[in-house]
Amino acid sequence: MSRRNLRIVVGVLVAAALLYAPYYFQPAMNQTLSRAIYFAVAAMGLNLLTGFNGQVSIGHGAFFGVGAFTTAILMNDHGWSFELTIPMAALVAAALGVGVGIPALRVKGLYLALVTLGLAVLFPRVGQKFVEGQGGVAIIRPKRSGFDSLLTFLENDQWHYVESLLIAAVLFLGAWNLSRSRIGRAMVAVRDQEVAASTVGVHLARVKVGAFALSAAYAGVAGSLSVMVDRAADATDPIVTFRNSIEFLVAVVIGGTATITGPAVGALILILLRRETDGLIEGKEMLSPAIFGGALIAMVYVLPGGVVGGLRKLADRLLPLRDDPTAPVAAAALEPEAVAAAEVSASTSDLHHQGEP
Amino acid sequence: MDVDLFLRFLLNGIGNGAVYGAMALALVLIFRTTGLLNLAQGEMALFSTYMGWGLTATGMTIFGLQVLPGGLPVGLAIVVSVLISAVLGAAIERFLIRPVHGPDKSPLNVLIVMLGLFLGLNALAQLAFSDDAEPMPKPWPSKASPGSPTGSNRFWQVGDLRIQASIVAMVVMLAVVCLLLYVLFQRTKVGLKLRAVASNPESARLVGINSSRMLMLGWAMAAGLGALAGCFVAAERTSVNPGLMAVVLVYASAAAALGGFDSPVGAVVGGMIVAIAESMTVGYVKALSTIELVVPFGLILLVLLVRPTGLFGKRTVERV
Repeated sequence: MSRRNLRIVVGVLVAAALLYAPYYFQPAMNQTLSRAIYFAVAAMGLNLLTGFNGQVSIGHGAFFGVGAFTTAILMNDHGWSFELTIPMAALVAAALGVGVGIPALRVKGLYLALVTLGLAVLFPRVGQKFVEGQGGVAIIRPKRSGFDSLLTFLENDQWHYVESLLIAAVLFLGAWNLSRSRIGRAMVAVRDQEVAASTVGVHLARVKVGAFALSAAYAGVAGSLSVMVDRAADATDPIVTFRNSIEFLVAVVIGGTATITGPAVGALILILLRRETDGLIEGKEMLSPAIFGGALIAMVYVLPGGVVGGLRKLADRLLPLRDDPTAPVAAAALEPEAVAAAEVSASTSDLHHQGEP
Repeated sequence: MDVDLFLRFLLNGIGNGAVYGAMALALVLIFRTTGLLNLAQGEMALFSTYMGWGLTATGMTIFGLQVLPGGLPVGLAIVVSVLISAVLGAAIERFLIRPVHGPDKSPLNVLIVMLGLFLGLNALAQLAFSDDAEPMPKPWPSKASPGSPTGSNRFWQVGDLRIQASIVAMVVMLAVVCLLLYVLFQRTKVGLKLRAVASNPESARLVGINSSRMLMLGWAMAAGLGALAGCFVAAERTSVNPGLMAVVLVYASAAAALGGFDSPVGAVVGGMIVAIAESMTVGYVKALSTIELVVPFGLILLVLLVRPTGLFGKRTVERV
């Protein structure tokens, strides 16, 4: 079986399983899966920024939270319907993303991580100060009826799952298209060689701030979906925002940075692992972060490409690489030097295309 | 303006400044030798602080086996915690950081390892010791008080001003640390080697300095210093809780950024400035009450944007 056929078969099987899942599982499991879906959306957003554009953020919990509160407040105080609030959540989060992305132009790597860390620590405090929820604490629970199923043949939990899945599918397709487009290649070029990218006409500031805004918008949509799934926008616990921020990165790294399916795989692993381990030690939800921390470190040593990267390598070993034997990648497997040369010429030609109108 | 009130805010600021300065020093120690901004510093210190608390309380048992003794007096507990933390810090450098850190390796990997430590150490501290806020005994003179399990601070009355023992203790702690570091760096052979590695690792290796051992030493000192600062700040705020050090890390980073990431003097001065700015904000700017964290966050942004080398940092030239 060739690589392409394998992809199609796996794709169809996964799609079928995803569509059948809400009928197969109990409501509690459907909620867990919906949670994995919104987590995947946020992780995808972070992946666009960190994986494809090389800007590290450990403050995406803040964008996620902003999205959640936008949705909750619009529904509660202004009577919007849930679906209408999603684009608003994306817009508000993107605006904040631009606000962070512009100063981020000047700081790199560890310093950027530090600034975004500050954002993650700051967000719940700002939430606690300015949000007056029930009982005066920073938690808003929109009415349950706001999330009722719009389709008569779906139960509420199934509806939440299907709606999250549809939105996630659209966003993942968008990310896939983006990664193969001129802009996506510009993002990768900026990550790998900033100076070279700018000399072939990539507008650095535009690409970087744009990536930040888009990434924040993804996180905002994820936050919006979380209000539907968890029925609350919550900033009462400062540690949660913070844990979310790092766990998005955990999902990306476990799944595979700079891949399209990676964040989804990582989010699913992360949510299921959290569900399985949280009950193990009575009253403590501490085992999963300990495992995630260990997994994060282990991944760097054992499987730097994440689960998806590992599977790809495995497929490379077992299956013919491409149908077309003249493709440069196949030749590369035979002669390492030729591969490197092919990669260089491929990337330069990519860059060249961007220079043209 | 009420002068007494102002002086009280100033004193509070100086007390906190000592702790932020000590944490910032820990960041600087690692930055100078490895060029890394140790994001896990806060959680390393949190683990040590819980360990310090554990040593005064029940100790630590793993599967019924008593690993660490309990019931130590608080001063001894802090010393033991500092020493164990230093060993752990060296081990972290040797086994987790060194394999992924180097000029020819991706900077993303070492960042991911540090974030793994961040997440893992926080959880480990809670698993090994306690996941609750625990009362931290005070390592300075205190008297029994009905309201709090660890007693209230003694204080000295100077005019209308009360000088709390906690503030004096923290300032003395920082002064002793600075003195020790000064003697170490300026008067000993090890200090000379440390400075050589910091200024030029390549040449240092060529003249026969074991630079990897110096890196380990840098991490060990930083971890020990973090333990000290963590225990003091927990005692000053009467308890240690799992979210304590993430916030302190933001303040310490602001201090280190302000002073310049490679300047020990800058770290101490930066710590004082940040803490005094914080306590003045708490005291006088009502609009920012409960979100005084905006101050260090804004400072970090401002310094990185306007003057990335900070007040005392050295400008480095980067070749492309």
